[in-house]
Amino acid sequence: MDGDQRSLDDRTPGVEQQESTASYLSYTAGLMLAVLLTIMSFVVSQTNLLWPPGIPVGLVVLAFAQIGVHLVFFLHMGSGPDNTNNILALAFGLLIVFLVITGSCWIIANLNANMPMPPQH
Amino acid sequence: MTVTTIADPVGAGQVRGRGGGGPAPTRTVVAYGFWIFLLSDIIMFSGLFAAYAVLSGNTAGGPTGRELFNLHNVFIETACLLFSSYTCGLGALSAERRQPGQFYIFAVFTFLLGAAFLFVEISEFAGMVSKGAGPSRSAFLSAFFTLVGMHGAHVTSGLLWFVYMIAQVAAKGLRPHVLRRLLCFSLFWHALDIIWVGVLTLVYLMGSYT
Repeated sequence: MDGDQRSLDDRTPGVEQQESTASYLSYTAGLMLAVLLTIMSFVVSQTNLLWPPGIPVGLVVLAFAQIGVHLVFFLHMGSGPDNTNNILALAFGLLIVFLVITGSCWIIANLNANMPMPPQH
Repeated sequence: MTVTTIADPVGAGQVRGRGGGGPAPTRTVVAYGFWIFLLSDIIMFSGLFAAYAVLSGNTAGGPTGRELFNLHNVFIETACLLFSSYTCGLGALSAERRQPGQFYIFAVFTFLLGAAFLFVEISEFAGMVSKGAGPSRSAFLSAFFTLVGMHGAHVTSGLLWFVYMIAQVAAKGLRPHVLRRLLCFSLFWHALDIIWVGVLTLVYLMGSYT
């Protein structure tokens, strides 16, 4: 009964619900993946392993993968039904972040391209 | 007989994670509120990221990122913050399990790695300012010092908060309300590492790829 009651609760952000010896393992797996992705980012940026014009895209992809690893293994943002509130808040935050960053870049690039330079004197 | 009617008031057996089963425990409410704060903090950082992305090309004839950034230092900073996040997670876990001895060991590592990150960052800033590449040199450097400095300020306040938390654990023991505060701190520390991934990629790696 007590176990049933626990499983009905909302998930707490940053907490794994089934506390077991697997938790240390989860953090360590996350650390390994994060180290791997960090080293890959540095290698990609410093060598010509990737097609050079594609390097920024590769770096962005690696950064998103790394953020995903942090969210899943360190913040325990899973896809379980009891995690809905946390994921919804995260999705809304990401929407705003996306709007602010792409909106600013878009508008300023447009202004930059269309505004004549003032005359030099 | 009337008592049985309140045993399952909302049919909680079917509803999970959307308030089903009655009010959530304080711990969940506190951590959820802190999670909302962290997301708003990340939204504030998104403004600084946008400013940096827009201004990073405007060096006004001054030094560019390629000339200024030392990727060895950046790699050390990244490693410090990542391992600090890891030991912080393990420390929070041992606090949950009421193992204060392990908690203190992990706490010391977390603090030292965070302080090492801050030391490398401050010496990097001081080196740049002494080379005449301070925040007033160009729009690029203003945006750089604002974005990276804001992250550094968060790490500094995080370290102060963590010292306060260790003192609370020492003075009060691992009580439920101390555990809730520790949970909030570890969320904060992990979020700073997530923001650092963005700083590392946008500022340092994209600013100096070959």
